[in-house]
Amino acid sequence: MHYHPESLIVDISARAQMARIQVLKMIYAGQTGHLGGALSCAEILAALFFHHLRLDPQRPDWPDRDRLLFSKGHACAMLYTMMAYRGYFPVEELMSFRRLDSRLQGHPDRLKLPGIEVAAGPLGHGVAIGAGMCLAAKMDPRARAKPSAFAAPSAQASPWKVYTVLGDGELNAGVIWEGVMTAAKYRLGNLTAIVDYNGIQQTGATADVMPTEPIADKWAAFNWHVQEIDGHNVGEILGALDRADEVHARPSVIIARTTKGKGVSYMEYDHRWHGAPPNQAQYEQALAELEEGLKPWQK
Amino acid sequence: MSPMEQTRFAYGEALLELGQERSDIVVLDADLYNSTRTVLFGKAFPERFLDLGIAEADMVSTGAGLAASGLVAFCNSFAMFLTGRCYDQIRIQVAYPSLNVKLAGSSAGLTQGPDGASHQSLEDVALMRILPHMTVLVPADDVETKQATKAAAAHQGPVYLRLGRYPTPTISPEGYQFQIGKGVELRPGRDIAIIACGIMVAKALEAAELLAKQGLQARVINMASVKPLDRALVEQAGREAKLVVTAEEHSIIGGLGSAVAEVLAEGNYAPLWRIGTRDEFGQSASADELLDHYGLTGPKVAAQIAAAWAKLG
Repeated sequence: MHYHPESLIVDISARAQMARIQVLKMIYAGQTGHLGGALSCAEILAALFFHHLRLDPQRPDWPDRDRLLFSKGHACAMLYTMMAYRGYFPVEELMSFRRLDSRLQGHPDRLKLPGIEVAAGPLGHGVAIGAGMCLAAKMDPRARAKPSAFAAPSAQASPWKVYTVLGDGELNAGVIWEGVMTAAKYRLGNLTAIVDYNGIQQTGATADVMPTEPIADKWAAFNWHVQEIDGHNVGEILGALDRADEVHARPSVIIARTTKGKGVSYMEYDHRWHGAPPNQAQYEQALAELEEGLKPWQK
Repeated sequence: MSPMEQTRFAYGEALLELGQERSDIVVLDADLYNSTRTVLFGKAFPERFLDLGIAEADMVSTGAGLAASGLVAFCNSFAMFLTGRCYDQIRIQVAYPSLNVKLAGSSAGLTQGPDGASHQSLEDVALMRILPHMTVLVPADDVETKQATKAAAAHQGPVYLRLGRYPTPTISPEGYQFQIGKGVELRPGRDIAIIACGIMVAKALEAAELLAKQGLQARVINMASVKPLDRALVEQAGREAKLVVTAEEHSIIGGLGSAVAEVLAEGNYAPLWRIGTRDEFGQSASADELLDHYGLTGPKVAAQIAAAWAKLG
């Protein structure tokens, strides 16, 4: 596990909060998009894009890049913002979100925007397609050159790693658990799932719509390495990602406990902000609160 | 007559050859590899063969992940499971990003037989045909199946390949070269043009023989490439014949019959009669009993065509 200096944690935390402000502006301007689940995954994506992932925005098709799959596709305003901040495309393009002929579709489109690894929208695809990408890494000639590479995947190198960001409501979908079994069967140590566990889905609390607890026990029972963290604490996120990379014999999941609508008082814990845009008064309040939330990171 | 073979066997052999020819071919199955015949590939190339259990949707997404990483992924199951159970995965993870996933639907159509309606795919071609970026191939015999399998692997983008377990004769002419987007005339005839695919090509040839005895000359076209359809050949058939007939082991809604109708409806062409199952599910029986019951044998096809011809007046 690597040492993460306080300056790095502050930098990533600030970027996450700036991205929240950007996402609010995009969704307010277009009067369309999903705020709640975008605000909850800001630190997770910032930690991945600004520290953990091996990537090159100038070469989005670099074969050895780490793959980030954004399975909870409806929250893609946050994904696009992180990509723009990281240099995949100009920040100004963010305001084209959900508009005619934009590369920033309402849900990610792999063909339109370089750097998008998979289409998402219908929920539940992120584990299985990630498993496919991990299997491809293990079939890569460099991995296969090692003796009995496929039979004993624990010891082999993987030219790239795959990180798939899931929602907790998404775990309702049975096909998630099919992928979970596949990843365990093939001992995909190069796969890490990160659950943005904000506890809310479109029509209410996940605990009411379709209870998923005890969620850590479920993943553990499927032979995954499990960590539970505070998903807004950048230090914990970075540490958990490092530990997940050190698990080679089986896939890893990080249950990141988060707050839906994080940073805007009236949106937090309220399922009504899953997919609704704010009006002007609501926007102004949200903007003021998010800007206030940025101050601690700017001292 | 040439020896009878099931197209799924030719597919299994073609897949094995592809594995020998190309190192980027990966095969996925859903606990049916003995039936789909991917067992041949799996034994030869265990490091490139994945059995994902009875989880077809997971198989298709995993295949998409492999394809997105530069490999060519062949996903296998019975036609109805593959297209019906995984429609969401096929639409969003395969067709939308136009990935190199090849979907091989085995034991397709009525001739799946005694397992009954649950296992008989009469809607799979329709489901696959309406997806943007998707190519749909329904080969007629062993020779064409091998070539279509190779063509699917060489093609950039998703392909649905429909395969069967009904023994059918080799009808491809000597030196035949299958091409995506091209149909082929197997028999000339000026009165009627029968456009068929899959096992119905052999039945159409049999029907044409029977019609000839009644003085009706039927041209027979094998349209294995249901999508892209050979539009020019369909238009030519619609101009030159007095009656166009389609024949498929599939519902007349959404399959080859619909594809041909869509072309002929947009111009001044001969009238069309579609042969296939109507708006109905199949049932349990032997393959031959079912073909007879649903009007898909050579004599039944000939009788339907003669009746349609008589109505022309």
